[in-house]
Amino acid sequence: MNKILLLLAHPAFGRSVANAALYSAVEGMEGVTCRDLYDLSPDFFIDVEKEQELLLAHDIILQQYPLFWYSTPSLLKEWTDLVFEHGWAYGSDGESLRGKYFMQAITTGSEAETYAWGERSSMPLVSYLAPQRATARLCGMHWLPPFVAAGVHFESRAVLAREGQRYRRLLEALQQCSQLEELAEKYRITDGPVPEANALDRDLLKGESNG
Amino acid sequence: MDNFLLQLLLFCTAAIVAVPLARKFGLSSVLGYLLAGIVIGPFGLSLIGDVESVMHFTEFGVVMMLFLIGLELKPSLLWRMRTPILGMGGVQVVGTALVICLIGSFFVPWQTSLALGLIVSLSSTAIVLQTMREKGTMETTAGRAVFSILLFQDLAVIPILTILPLLALSPAQGGSGGEAALLDISTLPTLWRVAATLGAIGSIFVGGKYLARPIFRIIAATRVREIFIAVALAIVVGISLLMTVVGLSPALGAFLAGLVLADSEYRYELESDIDPFKGLLLGVFFISIGASLDFFFISHHLLLIAALVISLLLIKGLILYGIGFLFRTPGEGRCYLAAALVQAGEFAFVLFEFSRSNGVLTDNIITPCVSAVTISMFLAPLFFILQERLTGRSGNEEQQREADSIKKKGARVILSGFGRVGADVGRFLLSTGIHPVIVDSDSGNVATLRRFGFEVYYGDVGRLELLEAAGAAEAELLVVTDRDTEKAQALITLAREHFPQLKIVASASDRSATYDLMDIGVSAIRRETFGGAVELGREVLVCLGFRRYEAYRLARLFRHQAEAFLPKLYHAHRRQSAAEYQLLYRRHTSRMAALLQAEGENNVGLSEKAWLASRGED
Repeated sequence: MNKILLLLAHPAFGRSVANAALYSAVEGMEGVTCRDLYDLSPDFFIDVEKEQELLLAHDIILQQYPLFWYSTPSLLKEWTDLVFEHGWAYGSDGESLRGKYFMQAITTGSEAETYAWGERSSMPLVSYLAPQRATARLCGMHWLPPFVAAGVHFESRAVLAREGQRYRRLLEALQQCSQLEELAEKYRITDGPVPEANALDRDLLKGESNG
Repeated sequence: MDNFLLQLLLFCTAAIVAVPLARKFGLSSVLGYLLAGIVIGPFGLSLIGDVESVMHFTEFGVVMMLFLIGLELKPSLLWRMRTPILGMGGVQVVGTALVICLIGSFFVPWQTSLALGLIVSLSSTAIVLQTMREKGTMETTAGRAVFSILLFQDLAVIPILTILPLLALSPAQGGSGGEAALLDISTLPTLWRVAATLGAIGSIFVGGKYLARPIFRIIAATRVREIFIAVALAIVVGISLLMTVVGLSPALGAFLAGLVLADSEYRYELESDIDPFKGLLLGVFFISIGASLDFFFISHHLLLIAALVISLLLIKGLILYGIGFLFRTPGEGRCYLAAALVQAGEFAFVLFEFSRSNGVLTDNIITPCVSAVTISMFLAPLFFILQERLTGRSGNEEQQREADSIKKKGARVILSGFGRVGADVGRFLLSTGIHPVIVDSDSGNVATLRRFGFEVYYGDVGRLELLEAAGAAEAELLVVTDRDTEKAQALITLAREHFPQLKIVASASDRSATYDLMDIGVSAIRRETFGGAVELGREVLVCLGFRRYEAYRLARLFRHQAEAFLPKLYHAHRRQSAAEYQLLYRRHTSRMAALLQAEGENNVGLSEKAWLASRGED
């Protein structure tokens, strides 16, 4: 079973609706270690050694956050800056993350349709994930397309709860999947179009719609 | 003297035996006291003599209770409750009096039956409030309705005292009007009497607002506790006497005084000082009611008294149920209302005496009525039990449903000490919208802070009663900022023992105080000077030319390292030799230095290698 390290980054998680729905759907799952980064590092002090230990002990690194200005909340950036150290995560002898899987679970305020060429958000959503995608590649990790719950500003709690269930099923499928490497191969960086958000649904949750 | 002590011992012993027994069987303490009274009374072991004078004296417990109620009640809350007080209370008293008058006038002149109706329309504040406190139903909808009606009844005593003499059939017998007074103003012209009455009430307000505070401050500054208790008692007794002089109910006066003092910083201290006296006096009062049951008279007029009791209970009960219906109290609330207030009250004894001396009622009416009233009071706790059995719940469950609103009412945090540390903690909490109950034991400090607009109360939360009065039973958190470590330890131990739900956050004056608090299992401790010292150190770095963010990061790293190492140091300090502790401390210091200097000199700390290294890559 693949072990998942879930890193939640939400600066106002207490008032969150969508991320709370996702997080509560998977919290306590066997084989999933949940870390609420803003709760663990309220003053942005990050215990690098401890974070690295945890990374070593897991197979899939999953960062869950709301999309802020087409990017991550600031603590998650700080976390990456400090934890993915030279000589540990990358560089000539930095191989600690090699072969692990890297994935994001993102909520967006605006609807999925706006993330397309010429629409209000200008580009497909995955285009905005280029920095994380490149980071994963540089560290030798396999990047997997993101889980996305889009348009959460307009959704009812019932819909968000369903998204939570889809999230949970996806994580269960990821844990059980024995051909992750072959799967990830499909999503290597190329000069073609970027993969779709929620592409994993089709790969792992066969017969289910993307919601 | 010997006789007095003997009586005192008797009452205390009776209470000590009866109350725990009653509680063990799930009965209210009131019933325990009443039973104890029967046992030691003239028809039991016949151990006590002058029951009536004891009862008369201990009625004072009712006065104290209303003082306490006033203290707990803020005028704003009273104003919000004006509709239930005037509406429900008014309908109850007037309705009961009229119905009894109507029925009674078939047997006796209407004046007599109206007087009786007015007298028995009042319920027993003492029994009902005591029982509701024990059962914890004060804050329920029905509980508040009951309280409103009781409050109206207490207010109604004044007009009733005015109306009763007008109902006299025979000339007044003279003697004292109601209770004995120091001076009698009833001989004065009406205008003067009214002026005296208004003057007395006015003096309570003026005295409470302007006089009480400076006096309390002076007394508190002496730090002699019994003098403070003496002042508290003097206030209640003084007001009672004043009210008696102008012909008002002492209970009402004490209630007003309590209301006036409810905003004072000495509120909790007063509450905890008076409370034990009230408890004891009421206990003895209940015992004397039990003892005064005249079984001889009752057995000879069994039918008459039974008829009186049953009709009293029926009439009052039905009217109360009707009121619950009229004011949309939910179904079980209606039953609770009826069960709680169905009995006649202790004021009836006072009013019967008053009526006798004013020629309103004659002895052949008063004697059976007093028995009936006493029996109804004796049955009062049983009605609570009956109501619980019938509806299958004690009203406590309703309280659970309402827990939220209680929480909002009571403070979530108790802040002990408003000195160097506490003041800033308090200011911070207040700014975030959390309103702690703040208690400080330095009266000078309290006075100053009050002038700055802080709601700080004087007192020592290290005393259980005060901790209780500050709401420890409902609060979530106790913040201890006392500098005296032994006091802090005592307070925390006391709080843990009696209010296990309270979480503790404490400030420690220095390292050894921190260890002392860790000894008793407190985990959320902050050393009071540490934060300020690190901030000052950061300022030094900035003055020396460090980049501000770098200085900030160094200070943060230092703080986290110190915090992470504290448990190890504590362990070593308590379990190992001084030399080993010193060695560990030195090792910790040098490790810290290595870490910080690595970060400071090279700007490549343990946690920051990435920043420098990444310049080469990408």
